[in-house]
Amino acid sequence: MRSSSLNLVIYILRRLAISIPVLLVGTFLCFVMVAGTGDPLGELRQNPTISKEALAATAAKLGLDQGIVPRYFTWLGDFLSGNWGISIAQGNALAPVAPKVMAAFGVTLKLVVGAEILALIIGIIVGVLAAVKQYSIIDYLATTLAFLLFSMPIFCVAIVLKNYAIEINGWVRDLGLADILGNPWLRTTSPEQLKTDGVGDFITSTIGAYLLPTLSIMAISFAAYSRFQRASMLEVLGSDYVRTARAKGLGNGRVIFRHAFRNALIPVTTLFSVNFGSVLAGAIITETVFNWHGMGTLLVEAVSKNDTQVMMGWLVVIASSVIVANLIADLMYGVLDPRIRVG
Amino acid sequence: MADLNSLLASETASAEGTLPPEALPEPRSQGKLVLRKFLHHKLAMASTAVLILIVLLSIVLPLFWKHNYEDSSFPSFAKPSADFPLGTTQVGKDMVAQVLRGTQYSLLIALTVSILATVVGVVLGAIAGYLRGFSDSTISRVTDLFLIIPQIAAAAILAKVFGGGSWYIVALVLAAFAWMQIARITRAEAMSLSQREFVDAARASGAGTFRIIFKHLVPNMVGSITVNATLAVAQAVLAEAALSFIGLGVQLPDTSLGRVILENYAQLQTRPALFFGPFIVLVLISLTINFIGDGLRDAFDPRQRRMKA
Repeated sequence: MRSSSLNLVIYILRRLAISIPVLLVGTFLCFVMVAGTGDPLGELRQNPTISKEALAATAAKLGLDQGIVPRYFTWLGDFLSGNWGISIAQGNALAPVAPKVMAAFGVTLKLVVGAEILALIIGIIVGVLAAVKQYSIIDYLATTLAFLLFSMPIFCVAIVLKNYAIEINGWVRDLGLADILGNPWLRTTSPEQLKTDGVGDFITSTIGAYLLPTLSIMAISFAAYSRFQRASMLEVLGSDYVRTARAKGLGNGRVIFRHAFRNALIPVTTLFSVNFGSVLAGAIITETVFNWHGMGTLLVEAVSKNDTQVMMGWLVVIASSVIVANLIADLMYGVLDPRIRVG
Repeated sequence: MADLNSLLASETASAEGTLPPEALPEPRSQGKLVLRKFLHHKLAMASTAVLILIVLLSIVLPLFWKHNYEDSSFPSFAKPSADFPLGTTQVGKDMVAQVLRGTQYSLLIALTVSILATVVGVVLGAIAGYLRGFSDSTISRVTDLFLIIPQIAAAAILAKVFGGGSWYIVALVLAAFAWMQIARITRAEAMSLSQREFVDAARASGAGTFRIIFKHLVPNMVGSITVNATLAVAQAVLAEAALSFIGLGVQLPDTSLGRVILENYAQLQTRPALFFGPFIVLVLISLTINFIGDGLRDAFDPRQRRMKA
């Protein structure tokens, strides 16, 4: 018999192996669409001072003189050997793609991870409270808030928050807190110049920079998580084994936390994995409102400039992160529910 | 519960033939029961009323409204007044007319997306769940493929491929990335339904695959299909707005609520009506549709028996 940790490793490898053909087809389709629809040298061709020979040489250097399919395989070969290609957009001075995409992904990830963890924690707490105190004021308030946030476009939340930030910064000034918190405290643009000269300054300026975008991303995730947690908690609380636990004379707290809570977490885990792609999309839109230079800006730039290599790097990074998020969620099932064993 | 008991009692009594037929409750079909439960769902009914009002206003009001959406002869940034309830835009267009037209397009796009996504999702999901094997793994891989490519990236690329911006292109792009959830749910349901006796019975009496899927499986999934199609409309309204907001969605001469917000949100500080007008309509649409979806879910759920007979 194989040990369970070996089983787990085999399961993870098998899952990743299944994703590879999906990734290949996805990248191929995108390559054909991006590379096939625009000429990255279009702007240069308009320029009369550049000779035809120079253009042809550049095209040959970039591999643009070949057909789409050979170009895809050239890209794939290079990509697999660690060479993600160079950006061909004007003004980028042929910058390598990998650091560019990774830097942008880092920005987006910093935003998403914090917001999602907070949304999960708060969503689960609110969902459990609403279920335990069903039909109480807490329940009605939580339900109303969740429905409202869930029905709101994320960019509008971001716009409204950004607008009120200006007023809050005014209050901070009026209260004389500007010296401690920074002036302006809440930032509505990219956080590239954080103060790092002291721990206190670092904390307040980080909060100031991250608070609004994080709140925007949290809004919708929180709504979904709290609704799911409430529904699954209600279902578990009505189940036979919870009744058994109560019949044995266990206290309310013990029944809720030891018996019900753990099983009620499973649907939320599913939601987290299914949701990850749309959370990334939400982050991309939030970034646009707050002028962060993350994956959103990069996408719009790559598409508008026909920057195939950047687009492909973007796609592979995003798609891989979705695959990994799904895998993590599936592994979490096994941890949460002993009836489900992966392998 | 008392009502149910009396219903049961009267049915038992009628089986024994002790009650005259006119004393029996009228037999109710599944559809009637669902409709009855939905009609008793206060929040869902109120939402339906508000949504119908929004739809009617967006269709009828432009015919009678004093200002045309194209007319830019008004003063720039006029304050909200009796003549311009939401004020005017920078180029001097009446905001009410803009919001009405944006609502029309947003609803049109969202409805198209939901119908297309539901049809594709149900057909693929039912085939995968019923046939299993090769069809299932092929369809599941295709579903995975669409799940790992973010809708926003695909929309960006496709908008370029089609030279996009027309409302129907935006609707097609959104639908292309909205069917996966419905397909997954339908697949799971088709899998469990295909184990049931009535499917065996249909197969034994000579029904073909096509007939079993569309005459036996799909009608039995009508509950979850309706609920998810409804929720898909709400998601499509928001998705379209987001796409249009980052400039990858609807382009002129077409419009949408997302585009109206994009054009006017910079004025939030000084002229809040220009932002909150389209914003509130957008939230009302998606909120009421979500409530209706919730009401439908309760109505189709046989475990929920809160309704009065």
